[in-house]
Amino acid sequence: MYAIREALAAFRRAPVLTGLASAMVGLALYVIGLLGLATYNLQQALSTIEDRVQIAVYLRDDTRQSEIDLAQAELGEIPEVRAVRFISKREALELAREELPEFSALFSDLEVNPLPQSLEVELIPGERSQEVVERISAAALRYPFVEDARYGREWVDRLFALRRIGAATTFAMGSAFAVVAALIIGTALRIAIFARREEIYVMRLVGATNGFIRRPFLLEGALSGLLGGGLAWLMTWATYRGVYAFLFQLAWIPPTWIFAGLASGAFFGAIASALAIGRHLRQV
Amino acid sequence: MIKLTNVSKEYAKGGFALRDVSLHVKKGEFVFLTGHSGSGKSTTMRLSHMAERPTSGEVRVTGYTSDRITQRALWKIRRRVGFVFQDFRLLPGRTALENVSFVLEVTGTPRKDIVPRAQRLLTRVGLTPKAGSLVHELSGGEQQRVAIARALANSPYVLLADEPTGNLDDRATRGVMDLFWDINANGMAVLMATHDLELVRRYPKARVLELDNGRLVYDSAAA
Repeated sequence: MYAIREALAAFRRAPVLTGLASAMVGLALYVIGLLGLATYNLQQALSTIEDRVQIAVYLRDDTRQSEIDLAQAELGEIPEVRAVRFISKREALELAREELPEFSALFSDLEVNPLPQSLEVELIPGERSQEVVERISAAALRYPFVEDARYGREWVDRLFALRRIGAATTFAMGSAFAVVAALIIGTALRIAIFARREEIYVMRLVGATNGFIRRPFLLEGALSGLLGGGLAWLMTWATYRGVYAFLFQLAWIPPTWIFAGLASGAFFGAIASALAIGRHLRQV
Repeated sequence: MIKLTNVSKEYAKGGFALRDVSLHVKKGEFVFLTGHSGSGKSTTMRLSHMAERPTSGEVRVTGYTSDRITQRALWKIRRRVGFVFQDFRLLPGRTALENVSFVLEVTGTPRKDIVPRAQRLLTRVGLTPKAGSLVHELSGGEQQRVAIARALANSPYVLLADEPTGNLDDRATRGVMDLFWDINANGMAVLMATHDLELVRRYPKARVLELDNGRLVYDSAAA
């Protein structure tokens, strides 16, 4: 109770200093927020592309319907497969006409349909990795009536390479920014605590226990961190709106990320305070 | 109450501040600790509430010894020893009453008792009408009275005062000294460091200890 009252009183007694500490924390976390926004949107973009990853299994023209049914059923039983759709020669031609209107004249003049019948294998989201795609293609190629299985190898390879680079970059930059943010938060709270060293000194002198002295500062640190986190959230939101309105469409980061950001702000704040106050507790 | 046995204190940069000092402040005594600046008065005062530990020898304060008590447990001594400084060391931006209640609050006094007790303490030092004043609105003498009320808050066994009148004019000095004598008359030991020999002479009943260059050179009780 005392700790809560004192932590709140600190904001009232030195609004500039505590405000400044929160602002510094906010700016540090804002950079992380921007990185989060960029990462999330990159992730979204990649998964939209990834959704299109599917395998086309081309069948010989003389394949019997029973064989097609068997292959469709067997491929459908592979755990990573969501659905297997059969596309007849006629459907393939219609699709080609729809998707490639510039060649519609060419397709309508045909006497023989040159397009093969196929099985379109769609994968469960999250299972569209290169390894899975390759394994299923190999399984399909084992049927004697399968002519070819395609998934755009180069394209998938590139997509996954991009994903790996994205993850590595995010991790490296995220860690670097997190360290910088932690240092800034630590410094800001160290200054705030330094300004109150006299109070800590008096508390030690009159016989307050270390835990008693530390508690309001921990709470104050957590509160500064939380306020800073809120500020970072607002600034990131403003940036998001700005970019959305004037540059390009963006997706807003999910609430779990925001919650994690606020929680880490509070956590960093409390830890930084604990570290900063330790020195003063040893002095008298 | 406070016992130094063969205590020496050496600082890494400043050399010896105390050399082989033994002294004993007993229950209910009023003791002046005198000497020139640099004689070791402040070091003795700091050792007496274990803000520092001796380089050699033993300091014993209200039953706790310097080589046994941990930094974490120092609060036990601090609640038995009141401390008054030359520069008051009050918390700025708070009222006289808040400065006193602060001590009661941080030492775990039940909430409903805090304000009445703080008010009683301020009454005891004659500051009832100034309870609501911010400390910077008070005169030096009044600030020192707040500091004394604060030092008495834990009902200590002994009151340590390091040059408590150093920043006060004559009238305020007399007021503060009368207060110390009154406190002492109620059974609390007082150990007061001062370089003001004129002041010491005014209170012939008090015991006088004199330090010179880190050594105890005079003890009126032994003379």
